[in-house]
Amino acid sequence: MSANARPLSPHIQIYRWQIQMMTSILHRATGIALAAGTLVLLCSLLALAAGPERWADVAAFGRSGLGTFLLLGWTWSLAYHWLNGLRHLLQDLGWGYRIEQFVRNGWLVVAGSLILTILVWVCVFAQRGGA
Amino acid sequence: MSTQLRTPMKTALGLGSAKQGLHHFMVQRITAVALLLLVPWLLWLVLKLVTLDFAAAHALLAQPWNASLLLVLVIAVFWHAQLGLQVVIEDYVHGKGSNLVLQLAVKLFCFLGAAAGVLAVLKIALGR
Repeated sequence: MSANARPLSPHIQIYRWQIQMMTSILHRATGIALAAGTLVLLCSLLALAAGPERWADVAAFGRSGLGTFLLLGWTWSLAYHWLNGLRHLLQDLGWGYRIEQFVRNGWLVVAGSLILTILVWVCVFAQRGGA
Repeated sequence: MSTQLRTPMKTALGLGSAKQGLHHFMVQRITAVALLLLVPWLLWLVLKLVTLDFAAAHALLAQPWNASLLLVLVIAVFWHAQLGLQVVIEDYVHGKGSNLVLQLAVKLFCFLGAAAGVLAVLKIALGR
């Protein structure tokens, strides 16, 4: 505590939980996750450039338990960041700022990201045949 | 007598904004719009790659349009990531030294990532 105990402005734990703070925090969190996930993109491209052996390594990692788990998380992060990014761009144009709209399109983004992730992985599992 | 050789006017002028703030905002939006369009295409590409062996995957990415879009995607991804991570670090890392080190690390990683990604795509597109 500082010498003069003046009141501080309220911080996160003071506020009632609301979707607005969640969408904002998740946008940053998924952004950081995706920045780390650029390694997936980079490794895949470098492997494809390097030859069949490296490409087989990448494919094998993608099919492993850990690989599938990471790719699943990456898919959801991308779906969420893409949808919420679209929402932010629309907000830049002045759209969807009324509180009830803001709350509704926040939930739409969260639900949409989960639906997109499921759809993508249904396609993946259908195409790569089982595990 | 004043020890300052500059006139008071000279001292007062030029203390406004650096006129650079908008650039970050604009490039973040431009790369965001590019990625908004490119990510669905990337999804299509990846879902196709899942079914292909090495030769077919290589041939698919070597097609000029796919290679071109991948080049733009790689550059936009790392540029957008750099701008976003920069703001996160500015907001949460308050130590002068740690801020500097992290900002440098992010910029160097993003430059390296973009360079390696571009080189890989060019090698796929032009090689063999």
